[in-house]
Amino acid sequence: MELNQLTIHELQEKIRSGKTTATEIVQSVFRRIDAVEKAIHAYILLTREAALAEADRADEAIRKGDIRTLTGIPVALKDLLCTRGVTTTCASRILHDFVPPYDATVVEKLRDAGAVFTGKTNMDEFAMGSSTETSWFGITRNPWDLERIPGGSSGGSAAAVAADACIAAIGSDTGGSIRQPAALCGVVGMKPTYGRVSRYGLVAFASSLDQIGPFTKDVEDCAILMNVIAGYDPRESTSVPAEVPDYRQYLARGIDGWTVGIPKEYFIEGIDPEVMTAVRKAIAVVEGLGARCIEISLPHTAYCLAVYYIVAPAEASSNLARYDGAKYGFRAPDSRGLLDMYKKSRSAGFGAEVKRRIMLGTYVLSSGYYDAYYKKASQVRALIKRDFDEAFQRCDVILTPTTPTPAFRIGEKTDDPLHMYLSDIFTISTNLAGIPGISVPCGFTQGGLPIGVQFLTGHFEEAKLIQIAATYEKNANLEKRRPTL
Amino acid sequence: MKIKKDEVTHVAHLARLEFTEAEAEKFTSQLNNILLYMEMLNRVDTTGVPPMTHAVAQQNAFREDNVTPSLGRDLTLANAPDARGDFFRVPKVIE
Repeated sequence: MELNQLTIHELQEKIRSGKTTATEIVQSVFRRIDAVEKAIHAYILLTREAALAEADRADEAIRKGDIRTLTGIPVALKDLLCTRGVTTTCASRILHDFVPPYDATVVEKLRDAGAVFTGKTNMDEFAMGSSTETSWFGITRNPWDLERIPGGSSGGSAAAVAADACIAAIGSDTGGSIRQPAALCGVVGMKPTYGRVSRYGLVAFASSLDQIGPFTKDVEDCAILMNVIAGYDPRESTSVPAEVPDYRQYLARGIDGWTVGIPKEYFIEGIDPEVMTAVRKAIAVVEGLGARCIEISLPHTAYCLAVYYIVAPAEASSNLARYDGAKYGFRAPDSRGLLDMYKKSRSAGFGAEVKRRIMLGTYVLSSGYYDAYYKKASQVRALIKRDFDEAFQRCDVILTPTTPTPAFRIGEKTDDPLHMYLSDIFTISTNLAGIPGISVPCGFTQGGLPIGVQFLTGHFEEAKLIQIAATYEKNANLEKRRPTL
Repeated sequence: MKIKKDEVTHVAHLARLEFTEAEAEKFTSQLNNILLYMEMLNRVDTTGVPPMTHAVAQQNAFREDNVTPSLGRDLTLANAPDARGDFFRVPKVIE
């Protein structure tokens, strides 16, 4: 095995025992990037020089005995996390040359833990999309099948981890943007509880839904990264001062005696039969581990997508009002006055999907329509959350497919926005309710495409997700495969 | 029709966006499809349900009113498309 194929915990062991160095690990990852990046285009920007310099410093620290959680571990960052002195584009023309003057809290925490950053990963523009096809910098391809999308919006992070073009990556999840690409690329992805991880320095899309989380090669690595990034941040007023447990303590506890809810609304017609078979197998595995699986109901599931596509664009239209061409970002040349500068800069700076959502959001918030759309959606959102509250009275964890289908073909859904939105149908409810969720690989289609199973639980109970996901992963006996690139 | 082309043009102005005729036509039809889909929410009885505005209920987050370092002028102006001296430069606002 090459170093770039290993997990964080395997590399930690090799570093501690002196079997390898940070420089060797980082060089191995960049050799892989050089070999596969042309084919998959997971990154918008590679920070090779800085990474090698950081690796050098890491090796110096290791020699002095200062070995931290992520010392020498190459991590990729979705390009909407602010990195001091390193371009942060949000995959948009409007921010194509934006150099943040500060680090996001998550970046700071990873840096303090010793991580080495490989670069900034590709994504749908402003995280609006399910396929990484709306990036101003071009599409990312799925390492398992280059004719297919990697999922989105954090498609670059998922593809980079799946292709071993980094050891782990960070993404963000507003309606499934970590879990959906994780499922479609065959890696582990977690969306923590809203408020668990600081959003300071995350370029905002929909502020009541956005949450940062990890992409990893296994559940243990997910626990390791959560230990680093979770926690209260005084600079972020929605981050919650709740105690953060040591997630690694939950890896080997088992799930004997647990009750797992299977929501009937998530096992419906229209799901790909191979996805259905793989998820049913996962249910059998979980039952075999001593959990009781019961049917539950989340009656407002059918309304999640409609609620989401009112709430998220409404918040986005407000958040994206700041891009006006005045203080930073793209400014269109030759404008006739201030208003014209705003309109020209925004119209040329944003892509079609972002404009569609700004339009939708502006419309549902506009005078005369607010009550019919935004207020109504916020009320139904309360009922969606109530569904989950009631379900968690009866079960510890909920199990669902992460996505209705495996990765679809490039271009298949770009002309039909509503059809594209439906690929997030099983992940959106989590964000509306603010609860945490994790996607874990649960098999492959006959054509060799990865499938994911999703576990959900109550607010701030990520430890339960780690516990069931790790137990499942260990006992599922899935064939170990890597994409052939 | 939930939304007509002249309304799309009005909303575009509110959002500080502008479209060609062809783009406005396309957006009108796409927005119509999306808004029609959202009509399903009218089937839900929400009488007396308070709107949910936060994913995790929180009170106001207060902090001590202490002075902390801020970015400073140079860093603030560093990303400006057009800066002169200590200012952001924009097209003439007042005739």
